[in-house]
Amino acid sequence: MIFSFDLFINAIVSGVLIGGFYTAVTSGVSLSFGILDIVNIAHPAFIILGSYVAYLVNTELGIDPIVAGVVMTPAFYALGAGIYQVYYLSFEKRGQESLRGLAFFFGLLFITEVMLVLYFGVDYRYVGASYIGPTWHFGNLDVPLRLLVPCLVSLLLIAVLQLVLTKTFVGRAIMAVAQDQFALKLMAIDPVRIKRIAFGLSIATASLAGAFLIVIQPVEPSVGRQYIGRVFAICVLGGMGSLPGTVIAAMLIGIVESLTSTFYGPSWAPAVAFGFLLLTLAVRPAGLLGR
Amino acid sequence: MTALLEIDNLGKRFGGFVALENISISMEAGERVGLIGPNGSGKSTLVNCICGTLKNEAGSVRFDGARLDGRTAHQRTRAGLSRTFQLPRPFLSLTLLDNMRIPLLYAVAARGARHSGHEIEPRCLDLLRVVGLDGKARQLPGALTQVEMRKLELARAMAAEPKLLIADESMAGLTHSEVEDILALLKRLNAQGITVVLIEHIMRAVMSFSQRLIVLVSGRKIADGAPDEVVRNPEVERAYLGQ
Amino acid sequence: MRSDVFLLVWLVIGAALYAGAEALGNDYVFFAGYVVLQYIVLSTAWNILGGYCGYVNFGSAAFFALGAYSTVAIHQLHPMPIPVLVVFGGIVSGVVGLGMGYLTLRLRGAFFAIATLALAVVLETLIVNWDYVGGSRGAFIVRPETIAPFGSYIRYLFLIMLLLAVGSIAVARLIERSRLGYGFATIRDDEMAAEASGVPTLWLKLIATTISGALMGMAGAPFPYYIGYLQPSSAFGLDYAVNSIAMPLIGGTTSWIGPLIGAVVLGSLQQIATVTISSAVNLLIVGFLLVAFVIVAPNGIVGLVQKYVQHKRVGFVGRHHVKADMPAGIPGSTP
Repeated sequence: MIFSFDLFINAIVSGVLIGGFYTAVTSGVSLSFGILDIVNIAHPAFIILGSYVAYLVNTELGIDPIVAGVVMTPAFYALGAGIYQVYYLSFEKRGQESLRGLAFFFGLLFITEVMLVLYFGVDYRYVGASYIGPTWHFGNLDVPLRLLVPCLVSLLLIAVLQLVLTKTFVGRAIMAVAQDQFALKLMAIDPVRIKRIAFGLSIATASLAGAFLIVIQPVEPSVGRQYIGRVFAICVLGGMGSLPGTVIAAMLIGIVESLTSTFYGPSWAPAVAFGFLLLTLAVRPAGLLGR
Repeated sequence: MTALLEIDNLGKRFGGFVALENISISMEAGERVGLIGPNGSGKSTLVNCICGTLKNEAGSVRFDGARLDGRTAHQRTRAGLSRTFQLPRPFLSLTLLDNMRIPLLYAVAARGARHSGHEIEPRCLDLLRVVGLDGKARQLPGALTQVEMRKLELARAMAAEPKLLIADESMAGLTHSEVEDILALLKRLNAQGITVVLIEHIMRAVMSFSQRLIVLVSGRKIADGAPDEVVRNPEVERAYLGQ
Repeated sequence: MRSDVFLLVWLVIGAALYAGAEALGNDYVFFAGYVVLQYIVLSTAWNILGGYCGYVNFGSAAFFALGAYSTVAIHQLHPMPIPVLVVFGGIVSGVVGLGMGYLTLRLRGAFFAIATLALAVVLETLIVNWDYVGGSRGAFIVRPETIAPFGSYIRYLFLIMLLLAVGSIAVARLIERSRLGYGFATIRDDEMAAEASGVPTLWLKLIATTISGALMGMAGAPFPYYIGYLQPSSAFGLDYAVNSIAMPLIGGTTSWIGPLIGAVVLGSLQQIATVTISSAVNLLIVGFLLVAFVIVAPNGIVGLVQKYVQHKRVGFVGRHHVKADMPAGIPGSTP
């Protein structure tokens, strides 16, 4: 293929837009895996659940999918808090999180996916919204709105999360629970309650990320599996739980994937994240920014 | 004769926090050394750096004539360095007997002195008997008291047949007579030629055991010498004993 | 029991099974039995790393598919006898397991699990893009109708899988009783203490991933001949990924018998259930069972049975009297 500058610039721009969306997808994992040390491999499945919820609300009630995603966050928060309670009582408390806790989340991933298959089938589903379809043109540069809108709202979500974590009492308690549970107990704060809130928040982001996903592309139940390598690669590369690091890593992987699919073909894109994951683990497990 | 353990300008930091700075210690074979210091002074970090559980950024450690830097923890154990953990870390799914078996199978066997299958079990029982746990040989460690766990920890470190044994607070919580038992045991090991480093808060035990006392404060070595002289050292009194 | 005697006993049991299936005189028994045996190999292989060392491999389907696709690749070049293909499949999967382990096992356990999860997705991408082995269209493997002296070809395949199952059980038990098995247990319990006792933890973990991966690849190698038409979606099937984890965890992970029980019970139930309910519902049930067992019965069926036996024994002699000196060395009685 002849190298074209226009193609290159367009690939970079769509990589940045996709990367913005990846930050929303990864933010939940940065909270659960990065900060709480809970290896929630089922997170992508909850994102797909979010996509289908947005799809239902959109097709049944005609509400904008992203608005639906925002409206449904309390329900996802409750789901997350409930899951953490079970996880805590069954595994964390007994010190069995490494083997059985992982298997538990694997079971959840699996159950969610199969239930979606049984209910919706394996056909691709999509949503309708005014910004799906139009594209802004700047010279030879194309900016599809279905990528731009999720990207901008994702960055907004990250900014809000960062504010919550650094400025509010609960947020600071969440950051502290990662460092020293004992210190929290001394302050008469129940670390389990703080972790429950944090895990609830983490799953709540899946509602939004799911809505973004189905705006960007049609969704079927097994799509979530493609995001497993991606979200964990971004989370590790971004330095495990640092939200600014997550944004940089997400943009980086978005751009490299976009370049790969432009110049080598889209079917190779999923291998990019995995390559990054292995490379990061082998060379720089502390992530890009380090800690 | 060269020293058995030679620590040269060792340094360790955690992020911006300097845990150990310019630590140099030399120990001859057969010594009994006490290592003391207030909580957080870097005693356990030093043990972890010597034994390879943590990597030191600066300085080097030589043991028995060989450089240890870059060697893994299990290689150091095989070379003859053995330690207990401050908080006991027994193998919870293995019986007490099998806990003893591990160092015999992996550390001792790697030196070529492989015990045959029939010899291992009596040897394990002997080790448990020394610390008074032979009656519970077939139980799991989960049922032990904290004090018994400390004894198990010590017995497992002994099972590796070390040249140098580091006992990291093996006596916390023990009664007076139990402390005496452990001290007698460590002295017996020492009489067989094993160098013993005792890290302890119980000053009575340290003073009666040590031929030499090293004091760490805030990651620095502030004293090293005969116990009677060290405890009279004004800097030690100020920084540690007089607090 | 000595290991060679153990192997002999299982060879006799295997022979009896084969004779029994032969006596039924129905090829369907061989088709269904093959799948159950395949699951015995997969869950035993998973347990060598997962149950003994405590490292979770989510990529069983990837290792299985590697074995299957190495067979397709070799078959395109030149057809070979299946035992040779089994060896090749084992080598390919074992080497991939070793490589993955080397890159991720020096870090915390979770990274290995995540990497194996992603491995399945990426290998599937590679296979879909690789036209030589059929790409996304899939590959036909024409199997002969009959083979002497077994009669129909499925009987030959069944026999191979039977030997693989017996072999993997024997390997698992041999490991359990050996120095290696003690080393694996220390890794599961406490790696820092293991290193301090002279156990070369990284080295042992690499041995476990290699053996485990190789056995999974060996289970996958005859699969193209069994199914006749191999597609990426069938080789990387979700059922392999979930069953090879669910079976050991439901059966019990501390000894070789757990994965065996799990595979026989779940595998047979699924073979019966696929006739009556859809395979999706089938997998959903396995998923729910997995979650239920890890929450309620951490030591699986084996643990439940042991608890019941102990309970009865204690009840018989008088509860408080026996409790003090209850033997603790029974595998799986870990608190």
